[in-house]
Amino acid sequence: MRFLQGVDPEMIESPAVEENKETEAKPVLRPAEKEAATPAKPRTRRRLKVAHPERCIGCLSCMFACSRMRTGTVSLQNSAIKVQTQGGIEGDFRVVVCRGCQDPPCARACPTGAMEKRPNGSVVFHKDRCIGCGSCEKACLVGAVTFGKEKKPIKCIHCGACVDFCPHGVLMLEEIPTSGG
Amino acid sequence: MLRKVLYIDLSKEESWVEERQELFERWMGGTGVGIRLLQEECPANTDPLSAAAPIIFSIGPLNGIFPVATKTVATFKSPLTGELGESYAGGRLSLALRFAGHEAVVIRGQAEQPSYISINDGEVKIKDATSIWGIDAQTTGVILRDREPGVGRRSIIRIGPAGEAKVRYAGVVVDTYRHFGRLGLGAVFGSKRLKALVISGTETIDVPDAKRYKEVYNRLYKTAVQTDVMEKYHDIGTSVNISALNWLKGLPTNNFLLSSFPQGENISGEMFAENHLFRRLSCAGCPIGCVHIAALKTAFSTHHEFEVKKVSYDYEPIYSLGSNLGVGQAEGVLQLIDVCERLGLDVMSAGVVLSWATEALEKGLITSKETLDVPLQWNGVDGYTRALENLVKAPNEFYGALARGVDYAAKKYCGLDYAMALGGNEVSGYHTGPASIVGQLVGVRHSHLDNAGYAVDQKAVKKPMEIEMMVDELIKEDNSRGVFNSLVGCLFARGVYTEENIIDSLETVGIIKTKDDLMELGKRIFEEKYKFKVQEGFDLSNVRVPRRFYETVSAAGLVTPETVEEMLGLYRKKRGWG
Repeated sequence: MRFLQGVDPEMIESPAVEENKETEAKPVLRPAEKEAATPAKPRTRRRLKVAHPERCIGCLSCMFACSRMRTGTVSLQNSAIKVQTQGGIEGDFRVVVCRGCQDPPCARACPTGAMEKRPNGSVVFHKDRCIGCGSCEKACLVGAVTFGKEKKPIKCIHCGACVDFCPHGVLMLEEIPTSGG
Repeated sequence: MLRKVLYIDLSKEESWVEERQELFERWMGGTGVGIRLLQEECPANTDPLSAAAPIIFSIGPLNGIFPVATKTVATFKSPLTGELGESYAGGRLSLALRFAGHEAVVIRGQAEQPSYISINDGEVKIKDATSIWGIDAQTTGVILRDREPGVGRRSIIRIGPAGEAKVRYAGVVVDTYRHFGRLGLGAVFGSKRLKALVISGTETIDVPDAKRYKEVYNRLYKTAVQTDVMEKYHDIGTSVNISALNWLKGLPTNNFLLSSFPQGENISGEMFAENHLFRRLSCAGCPIGCVHIAALKTAFSTHHEFEVKKVSYDYEPIYSLGSNLGVGQAEGVLQLIDVCERLGLDVMSAGVVLSWATEALEKGLITSKETLDVPLQWNGVDGYTRALENLVKAPNEFYGALARGVDYAAKKYCGLDYAMALGGNEVSGYHTGPASIVGQLVGVRHSHLDNAGYAVDQKAVKKPMEIEMMVDELIKEDNSRGVFNSLVGCLFARGVYTEENIIDSLETVGIIKTKDDLMELGKRIFEEKYKFKVQEGFDLSNVRVPRRFYETVSAAGLVTPETVEEMLGLYRKKRGWG
């Protein structure tokens, strides 16, 4: 009996905290060579997606996975993914994740460059530059940026730890074209 | 990890926190800590519905930290049995307690007016609930949801009109679909004028070794979702037992007059799953999703207008409000479950009380004068609905007696031979053989889950077992479940928590225990519970077994009084009680 869908917790033994990893054609070539060698294969980045929100059972395993794998703590507050109830447990669940926007409002709103858009389109958060002003939180319409106890934003890094711990295949990682170069 | 007890005094409108490191170290948490706090808080012979009787909630060291450790235990003096009250619920309560930072909560006293308690991290408020007194348990949740903080991480536990009316088997509804069902915690809430408790928190827990934590967590998670140890609960759910027990002749039907139900197929787990199941839910921290929700769609006009009720179901309510009442359609069972949910009644006790009343009416012990012309007859869903409402309103002496449990009612109106209670608690849905009967008699809370006698019987059906071995199994389960209930894990997940996994997960949170330590703890907890039971008048040498158990064939054939007596004797001897 295997009812876990498309998930292998074996693969998440190592802390999956690498930043939005670019997937590139292999073997690694020098940029110029690469351009010539793989012209048809666009560069992509990984993005978290709520593929089947209606399959959510509200176990919160994804939230625990997020804080456990990213911060080594047991916490709902430290989770970048949020499973919310609407009208209590008898209503539908709402799964809030960072959409990995191509033109990210959080980075545009940040006055100090703490939320920085990288050339591949992903946003990296520099804690040391953050003044805790809350502009990024306000700018994100979907509510994916929230503030933790330290009054600093908790930012999804699209590592997929939550995907690995969703028992119902609600979440997935998708490959999207990088916005830059 | 700081291990604290939150004390709330409703009479004085005060609350405070005490660090009780030693208590938790010696008694682990959950039911171990619960029974010790009950001994501290509840003097001998306290009226369970008085201000002097406490309510204790406790969780254990793994709750919120490891998968499927999702339960909270409530410990109190039962107004139904007059002795140990112990009930378990899932939902989001254990998680909310963990993140609010309280491993145990003690509620003392009695509020002056209807009140509810709001706990938000360290902040505790006792608030006015007069405007929601009298409102059903479901709507109470809807109202408090809009008033209190903590969306998505809180727990709302509340009583319905049955608890307010102090029906002795009123339950407490936890997060809409889970319950402290058994032994009358709802009545204790009602006696304290406590309508609800809302709790949420934002704490973060640091584990000593994050790497090791991830390792152990992954192992347990994987066992839960990738092996077959929890498959039954993931698929059809506990209701899969309806067909199985019906076939084995272990499914109590029409107040145990029969042990198989001719219409059993219509109320089987498979039937519910095919025709009514529309959603599954989990307790927070459990990836299984065993909470099965059915949609009950009823037309209320001829113009295609429908009302849809979302009703959770499991094996026990289908037995108690289904086969045991001769209700042979899933819709009828769902309607009765829904009525109990709104009133805030324990479905198991309610069903057994009604099945006794049906037979008593049939046999002429009571008449329509007592029932106030409510037709109590097998499969009479509408009559049962009215009777449930009546026993909460108690418009006459008869319904007032029903509200005190089947033992009380049968002592008053006769018919004790078929008043199906063991140790004063209405029985669960297993007529599987002697181990089920003895298990519920000796169990600390007279529940089938104390030691799973029904499972011992079913094992014995497959492969004959000596009586002594059955008793040994009961004792082993009595003790080991004391440990597991101190953690407080979901019993459905006991296959995940092998001894090795328990030891490893405890070590991850800084608690070092050996197998021997755990065995000793289990025994010690059991003994403390019996101390309380005996103090409150429970006497295992003088327990009543309804004759019906010996008259209706069980899955193990006819059970004889001699077998039960012999097993009880062996049990007492092995426990060292002479």
